[in-house]
Amino acid sequence: MDFYSFLIQLLNSIQYGLLLFLVASGLTLIFGIMGIINLAHGSFYMIGAYMAFTLSSLTGSLFAAIVLGIVLSVILGVFLEWALFSHLYKRDHLEQVLLTYGLILVFEELRSLIVGNDVHGVNVPDILNWSLPLTDTLSYPAYRLFMSAVCLVLAVLLYLVIRRTRLGMMIRAGSSNREMVQSLGLNINLVYRLVFALGVALAAFAGMIAAPVSSVYPGMGTQVLIICFVVVVIGGIGSVWGALLAALLIGLADTFGKVLIPQAAGVTVYVLMAAILLWRPEGLFRRI
Amino acid sequence: MKQAQHQPSRRDMRRALTAVAAALAAMVSLTLPIAPAMAQQQKIKIGLMLPYTGTYAALGNAITNAFKLYVDENGGKLGGREVEYFVVDDESDPSKAPDNANKLVKRDKVDVLVGTVHSGVALAMAKVARDNSTLLIIPNAGAGDITGPLCAPNIFRTSFSNWQPGYAMGKIAAEQKKKTAVTFTWKYAAGEESTGGFKEGFEAGGGKVVKEMTLPFPQVEFQSYLTEIAALKPDVVYVFFAGGGAVKFVKDYAAAGLNKTIPLYGPGFLTDGTLEAQGDAAQGLLTTLHYADGLNNPKDKAFRAAYLKAFKAEPDVYAVGGYDAAQLLNVGLTAVKGDISKRNELVAAMESAKIDSPRGPMTLSKAHNPVQDIYLRKVEGKENKVIGVAVKALADPARGCKL
Repeated sequence: MDFYSFLIQLLNSIQYGLLLFLVASGLTLIFGIMGIINLAHGSFYMIGAYMAFTLSSLTGSLFAAIVLGIVLSVILGVFLEWALFSHLYKRDHLEQVLLTYGLILVFEELRSLIVGNDVHGVNVPDILNWSLPLTDTLSYPAYRLFMSAVCLVLAVLLYLVIRRTRLGMMIRAGSSNREMVQSLGLNINLVYRLVFALGVALAAFAGMIAAPVSSVYPGMGTQVLIICFVVVVIGGIGSVWGALLAALLIGLADTFGKVLIPQAAGVTVYVLMAAILLWRPEGLFRRI
Repeated sequence: MKQAQHQPSRRDMRRALTAVAAALAAMVSLTLPIAPAMAQQQKIKIGLMLPYTGTYAALGNAITNAFKLYVDENGGKLGGREVEYFVVDDESDPSKAPDNANKLVKRDKVDVLVGTVHSGVALAMAKVARDNSTLLIIPNAGAGDITGPLCAPNIFRTSFSNWQPGYAMGKIAAEQKKKTAVTFTWKYAAGEESTGGFKEGFEAGGGKVVKEMTLPFPQVEFQSYLTEIAALKPDVVYVFFAGGGAVKFVKDYAAAGLNKTIPLYGPGFLTDGTLEAQGDAAQGLLTTLHYADGLNNPKDKAFRAAYLKAFKAEPDVYAVGGYDAAQLLNVGLTAVKGDISKRNELVAAMESAKIDSPRGPMTLSKAHNPVQDIYLRKVEGKENKVIGVAVKALADPARGCKL
């Protein structure tokens, strides 16, 4: 591999890693702050992608679809937290797994009833539908660069919200000691509801923004779920920075694994996870 | 009440015994051998084991629709006997496949097993069919082994083997004087059989496959492989992807600008049922398959019109496989006048059948795989238009088959 291809592959891995971060950040928030194992997180990603498909064909614009989709997914998140998840905080993880696995089945079936089982494509918005030439044969789609930029902006925003705002302070306090926060007169239930809705919206947003390059198909949520859990486990449960670093590491391991040791491309990510867990059983970072 | 439970009254006992006796009687009558004289009046039992839920649901429904369409065109009969269907949803799940197939064979005692789409499930069905010597007709799954090492007198296929479209495309690429190729697929049997076929056809014609790339199934992160293709600069790229993977690959390939310099070839599944989602990125792609749009033979026209009328949808390559499964079975049953117990004559008739298929004339090889024209097709708008015959009457080499 010459130096130029190396740089292009580096770009590929960063771009893939940033997208992974976007999906996994919601999972790590819900898991780390609320202590809920949410297997249905992949379904929210899938719902986002399908919303991008249906709403963009209704409104004629992907950006309008994304704005509308975020509103809808926040509503969905608030509703689910109120109706189902709020009853789970005191229960053990096994019951959470049972409920969220059930939700996967429900969402897949609803998807099949409402939109059907066909594969769909979402068009890249016209202003981003061009490519940057890299070599004489290869060019890089502008939309992918746009996606990376959006992911970076979101990472910074998340950091600022959690570290520098009053809401962030309440979230951090709630994740350390729920009872204490409550006895200090803060409405922890409201905080949890917000965090859950934020997690759902992040996953759905990732699905929407990825839809033009990933295409929209049945079962896309479960694929992304496994890799998201790997990101969360490597990064340290509940840590946003950890998730960002882990996602970039996985992007690198996956891309260069495929190029350098193609026979073992399927396992490089998991070998990386095992190695990091041996070294740091709690993941790279702890807490937010 | 509580006491009654501990000391059942005589009436309760009698009622219970009557129930047991009735159940036993029912079981005995089920296992009684059917008198041969009755056989002619009995309906032919057909077990349809196909996917009706999940990713392949649309394919399973197309096959079922087309199978029933032929039976209905034939007056609801095959070989002069009425037909009764036993339907099982195989969910495209290989781990449930032996159970599902056994349910049809042992519980429902079907005469013929028809299915399925997923190769892993079809392999399990082939095993059950071999163990029970049940007649099996496979309307889609292209796994090479079924008409290779696992071939059997009672197992037939009406679709294709993965090798066939691959080999035909390799031959075309070599005829176009392409020198080097890169193949790319998911790392699983169907993909590797297809790219293997391409390599065989391409290298026989003087080309050289410079790199065979694979990706774990069902991953769809292609970017790093596209970078490699751009660095290798082959004359042509041959890929096997289907469904969501096919849509994403074709779009990514175009977005990376590779389609301008390196033509992308594949078997028909790259662009079948996915053109709506692929949009402009797929325009002009060349693929090979045993069926195409615009064949314009009388049988195809009639088939398309009838299917459209009955199901309000255009038939596809999967429907053709289902339709021909019914046609093939009818040939066999007609030859023995509906007496399915004459297995040898039935199989002999099916082996020598000349099917007038919507795809064109079709016969069967010794291993019971279709010998058929493989068409070269080009994507134009929302259609896979036929632009020629890639290979006439192509037969699968059926390596490992001892028939």
